[in-house]
Amino acid sequence: MRLVPKEIESLWTLFTGPVVWAAHFLVCYVGGAVYCARREWLGFGFEWVRIGVGAATAVALALIVAAAWLSWRQWGFGTEDPPHDAATAHDRRSFQGFATLLLSGLSFVAVVYTALPVLMIAECNP
Amino acid sequence: MSAGAPHEDDEAGAARRRAQEERLRRVWDNPKGWRYWTAVNNTEVGLWYTAMAFAFMLFAGVLALMMRVQLAVPDNDFLSADLFNQAFTLHGTVMMFLFAVPVFEAVAITILPQMLGARDLPFPRLSAFGFWCFVIGGVFVCGSIFFGAAPDTGWFMYPPLSTDHEYAGIGADIWLLGLSFIEVASIAAAVELIVGVLKCRPPGMRINLTPLYGWYVLVVAGMILFAFPPLIAGDILFELERMFDWPFFDPARGGDPILWQHLFWIFGHPEVYIIFLPAIALLAMIVPTFAQRPIIGYSWIVLAAVGTGFLSFGLWVHHMFTTGLPSISLGFFSAASEAVAIPTGVQIFVFLATLLAGRVVSSVPMLFAGGALAIFVIGGLTGVMVALAPFDWQAHDTYFVVAHLHYTLIGGMLFPTFAGLYYFYPMIGGRMLSERLGRIGFWLMFVGFNVAFFPMHLSGLRGMPRRVFTYPEELGLTVLNMVSTVGAFVFAAGVLVIVWAVVRPKGGEPYARRNPWNAGTLEWLIEMPGENWGVRSVPIIESRYPLWEQENLMRDVDAGLYYLPDAEEGRRETLVTSVLDGKPIQCLRVPGPAYVTIVAAAALGSVFIFMTYKWWLAALAGGIVATAAILYWLWTGTAEIPEKPEKDIGRGVSLPLYVSGPRSVGWWAMFITMVGDGTALASLLFGYFFYWTVHPDFTDAAAGPGTAWPSAAVALTAAAWAAMLAARALNRRGRAGTMRLALLAAMALAVLGAAAGLAGPWTHGMQPTTHTYPAIVWTLVIWIAVHGAVGVVMQAYCVARSLAGRLTREHDIDLENVVLYWHFMLVSAVLTFATVGFFPLAT
Repeated sequence: MRLVPKEIESLWTLFTGPVVWAAHFLVCYVGGAVYCARREWLGFGFEWVRIGVGAATAVALALIVAAAWLSWRQWGFGTEDPPHDAATAHDRRSFQGFATLLLSGLSFVAVVYTALPVLMIAECNP
Repeated sequence: MSAGAPHEDDEAGAARRRAQEERLRRVWDNPKGWRYWTAVNNTEVGLWYTAMAFAFMLFAGVLALMMRVQLAVPDNDFLSADLFNQAFTLHGTVMMFLFAVPVFEAVAITILPQMLGARDLPFPRLSAFGFWCFVIGGVFVCGSIFFGAAPDTGWFMYPPLSTDHEYAGIGADIWLLGLSFIEVASIAAAVELIVGVLKCRPPGMRINLTPLYGWYVLVVAGMILFAFPPLIAGDILFELERMFDWPFFDPARGGDPILWQHLFWIFGHPEVYIIFLPAIALLAMIVPTFAQRPIIGYSWIVLAAVGTGFLSFGLWVHHMFTTGLPSISLGFFSAASEAVAIPTGVQIFVFLATLLAGRVVSSVPMLFAGGALAIFVIGGLTGVMVALAPFDWQAHDTYFVVAHLHYTLIGGMLFPTFAGLYYFYPMIGGRMLSERLGRIGFWLMFVGFNVAFFPMHLSGLRGMPRRVFTYPEELGLTVLNMVSTVGAFVFAAGVLVIVWAVVRPKGGEPYARRNPWNAGTLEWLIEMPGENWGVRSVPIIESRYPLWEQENLMRDVDAGLYYLPDAEEGRRETLVTSVLDGKPIQCLRVPGPAYVTIVAAAALGSVFIFMTYKWWLAALAGGIVATAAILYWLWTGTAEIPEKPEKDIGRGVSLPLYVSGPRSVGWWAMFITMVGDGTALASLLFGYFFYWTVHPDFTDAAAGPGTAWPSAAVALTAAAWAAMLAARALNRRGRAGTMRLALLAAMALAVLGAAAGLAGPWTHGMQPTTHTYPAIVWTLVIWIAVHGAVGVVMQAYCVARSLAGRLTREHDIDLENVVLYWHFMLVSAVLTFATVGFFPLAT
């Protein structure tokens, strides 16, 4: 069994980073909102929201780094520079890899942004 | 490159080419006389669509001027408070729903096929249907103000004001039903455009060579699929409350107005980007042309388009910062609102870099592009300000926000659209627009806009609230408001100059030369004036800027040396290619002019209009006509069995005329539609869980639907789904008789499944008017039952097609698509019944 998956020929891989961002964002927002709405019923403290967001962030960043590595590989580890505009399957793949890598970078930053509020906010209010 | 084939300069060759052109011209010709309106060709529909959207914009602009006159001096009585309310509500509604979103669809339908070297988009009748829906719904909504019946509670229709029959009359129903109808057109356009970008590119145009406009269209159409359904779900809940008193937003009976705000803004914020991205996409085509060089950072634009598309879904709560949500929620949305500035900024830097590296040619489109960037940057910066919750608490609902949103929308959408209008006009009109009028219009618009809207930042910070019809002199806002009004009229004068440049008679002027801006992309292959067929032959593409980089491309295309140079069988045809590498996989025959699209749109429109007035029988009759029209349309215009399996498309390539399953465009259309449909169901389920969060006991100690009936509904729906799989397997083995039996069994099981679903709340005596809990449960099971009924119609359709010999072992498009529908049906039923049956036990 191979540890690292083979390259996938699909347009969908482009969206990996942003999809991870969206999932992470939803988990954080829904988790926080449900906790604050039903905290008596749930019966635990806000610190668990902060821990939960921290854990979700660690998982999300790990997934994005993995996606970034795969796209870096698809890009050929940067051996060739953009614009990747030749009419060849090679350039098409390089473009896909490079664009996916860029999106992974943006998603990484956006996930970190999402996690920042729990560093400063320690209660539901209201 | 050269097409490789020898050039036939002899007389026989020339005669053959003329005969080809004659056939193509006849096939793509528009109907004459009043039948002209049955045309479905993208050039005609796109032109009508664009013109209509601009007409609605001018109408909404007049409303804005009336508001500015009213606000010019304190204590004015030019407009009554009531008419002022109608004016600002319609102004926002029309600009957003009848101009900004439709003009994207209109422009995309017009230029995308030409940009992709396609003869037309894959579903021309769907585009025409969407256009007619848009016209009918738009006229209905706009016309209401002439009867004093326009919606008057703001373009976002907040309950409880809008659900109160005393304050919000029929105008609220007109808004809800008229716009729901128009949303149908938007989703139709999204289906058309996604399939268009992914499957209708020319041979050789791999995904890395796709024009940037195509990337933006793909992203925006995808966003429509996830943004519009929540609003449709919200509209359903809203209208159920207004018509039948189901208390979704009434706190006295367990409802919550905040749910509407969530559903509205889950739509409303992405919508801002749905408007903005396609306009920026125009700049992404214009900037390289006038810099006379390829764009710097193609991949970065793709990053920006896709990244903005995703992040824009994490912003909606920033419209709700003052509703008392927990600060942790505000924090998440504030963070995403700041993050979206990154990809937005990337695009602007890419444009600036391209301009700096090129030799910029001065022109009217570039003036508008420059004005757009200047205005949008200011709107973006105030956006970063209001994305900070504490600042927003101060500025919320003041003229500061009015200024901010107009800077973003006019800088981000209107100016780029005008740039696009000037740039693309020769493609449609065959002539250039006046340079002089363009410059005069631009400077009037640019100066007028800033004079009108910049002071609003100040009047807002000094405390002027939005949506007040007048103000006392003592507030000290008189000068600022007068300046704004003067600016608004200067701005409007600029718009009128541009309108004049477009509509003034140009018959005596010469046609523009071909490719008048010396652009590099395929749409400029068009002749002046253009032919209806679009491209003379469909070229092989090897570059992002084929007109700059592929030698003799125009000559060889014109000589018919590439694909589909002829229409031997007298049919409209275009090519379908693979998603990643643009390999030709099908020669797709697209339908021609039709009345049925108009009939279907009018009938469907009548359903919505009659429901507004609660004329139930008339609405039912309209629904029956609409269903019949759509079935007739499908029966006569889709999944046609060709006279031969393959066709020679030229250059020794032969392609199938009929493909089914995931390789066919119809399968993709079904898939895309069902993704949107699934989003609407997810929004309703969101409502269900939302009520759980706002109440200690969201069932209000009332009986639920139990577990037995929901379980039975899931089992029966799953059995119907399994019978569909069996039908498909039987058809693949050529056993038509047994296949029909399996379809009939699936129909019976589907009916029983829907009935079992309804039996849950029915047998437990759930009364939807008493509380939100029974109301939301009923809404969900009715949703599934309606989808089951649609599924049954599809199954019956397959049986009929099979009996008529139009659905066979080799020709199974219909069956494949219906099976796909049932995959979604199964998932929907499982999610819904698991929720209504079992979630109450978990709490």
